[in-house]
Amino acid sequence: MAEGVGGLGLYGRLVGQSVRAQLQYRWSFLLMAFGNMVTSGVEVIGIWALFDRFGSLGAWRLAEVAFLYGLVNAAFAVAEALARGFDVFGKEFVKTGTFDRVLLRPRSTVLQLAGHEFQLQRVGRFLQGAAVLAWAIWMLPIDWQLWKVALLAFAFVGAAVFFYGLFIAQAALSFWTTESLEIMNTLTYGGTETAQYPLAIYRPWFRRFFTYVVPLGCVTYFPAVAIFGIDDPLGSGRAFQVMAPASGFLFFAAALGFWRLGIRHYTSTGS
Amino acid sequence: MKPYLAIVAARFQMLLQYRAAAFAGFATQLFWGLIKVMVFVAFFASTSVEQPMSLSQVLVYIWLGQALLALLPWNVDPEIAGHVRSGAVAYELLRPLNLYAFWFARTFAFRAAPTLLRMVPMVLFAYLGLPLIGLGDWALPLPADGAAAGLFALSLAATLVLSTAVTMVLHIALMWTISGEGFNRLMPGIVPLFSGLVVPLPLFPDWLQPLLFWQPFKGLADVPFRIYSGHIDAGDALLEIALQIGWCAMIVAFGLWLLNRAGRRVVVQGG
Repeated sequence: MAEGVGGLGLYGRLVGQSVRAQLQYRWSFLLMAFGNMVTSGVEVIGIWALFDRFGSLGAWRLAEVAFLYGLVNAAFAVAEALARGFDVFGKEFVKTGTFDRVLLRPRSTVLQLAGHEFQLQRVGRFLQGAAVLAWAIWMLPIDWQLWKVALLAFAFVGAAVFFYGLFIAQAALSFWTTESLEIMNTLTYGGTETAQYPLAIYRPWFRRFFTYVVPLGCVTYFPAVAIFGIDDPLGSGRAFQVMAPASGFLFFAAALGFWRLGIRHYTSTGS
Repeated sequence: MKPYLAIVAARFQMLLQYRAAAFAGFATQLFWGLIKVMVFVAFFASTSVEQPMSLSQVLVYIWLGQALLALLPWNVDPEIAGHVRSGAVAYELLRPLNLYAFWFARTFAFRAAPTLLRMVPMVLFAYLGLPLIGLGDWALPLPADGAAAGLFALSLAATLVLSTAVTMVLHIALMWTISGEGFNRLMPGIVPLFSGLVVPLPLFPDWLQPLLFWQPFKGLADVPFRIYSGHIDAGDALLEIALQIGWCAMIVAFGLWLLNRAGRRVVVQGG
């Protein structure tokens, strides 16, 4: 039966199966989605409290920070929902030796892991982030020309792809370390925390890291500055800001390369 | 008393085996701490009005918060959860020990061991390491004075008991829901918010302060941290510690009542 089903078709089937399975436990799903919304939503309360107390963050206002917050959280939720197979890769595939079975199947490893599980519960964080983003868009005096709408979509997809790349890189690392490393959380969960605030408030070494090494700022901060229509306090030009989300795709490609390198290095744990 | 002490000792030995995880946790918490410090430095730089807390008091709050993160009662002991799910809890009920005291001893070790392992390097690094790498402005200050240090130690001991008592409620709640979902899922959101880890409690709007004063979770972080920095002076500190102990007594009583009810209606799964 599988013969004749293309890569994307197979992926669609795997995702569909996963969604149906999760909807069998309706209450469990609703509770998990609600929990996901609450745990990620307390950060919004924190940001609101800080702006209520301090008035502003340098030249930045609450609505601008809310825009960044909503963009990064909604994009991260999409990546987190789709990349579960890579997130648990070290623990569930390498350590147990299950990856051997994946290698035996006549389909690409990336496709199989991508279709491992679609985490429906992440809809909680997504809706929460999207709601904050919608509020920010309503509050900000943005002149919405077509290119800005397109840039927002480009940044959103770029950010989701960027985070997906991070999950793949994290999984590829476990070819060497066997266990998944909690240290990668600094870049995934720590990354969302970082990108909630404008890159301009951080120290130069920190900004450089999140622009050139791990291009998180390129998929969130720089396009946001162009959408706000303000001059970047860091001095970047409009052309760079508009093109910057492309680096999310480059990062994803680099992560895939790292993944292939890791597979060549793979030795089964044998259990 | 002796069997309970033996349980604590055995759990400690086991949990202290996970040194690699502890190191990864240290790096992650250091990174988060640095992000938080940079955000607060930027907020403080954008205000000229006097705030309810100084930046140095916020630094104490941030670094102690990172050092004592493992102490917060936002998760359950996977082994106890496993016992409830598999039905092994029936054996626990058969032991000639008080089940509450038995689990309390285990839970105490579950909270204290990882905390100890993570606290020492974090405090040392925040106090000594940061100045060495040129970030002395962001370092953890010393306790306000000798009295503050002594009262901090006392308050921290109460925090440990309080955290164990809250975790016990989560453990007992597992007996109702089998999968342990639901109520427990909300703790990773509620605990950091109301203990002050998201934003130090004194920085919340003034009209919320009475509400934040009369709730148990502030005893998990806010109270000891503010005693350390001298934000709560020695006289008020004794009152705050008495409140912590009062909350401990109430939550232990609630846990005992809950366990008593659970014991009457527990259904053991499987054979």
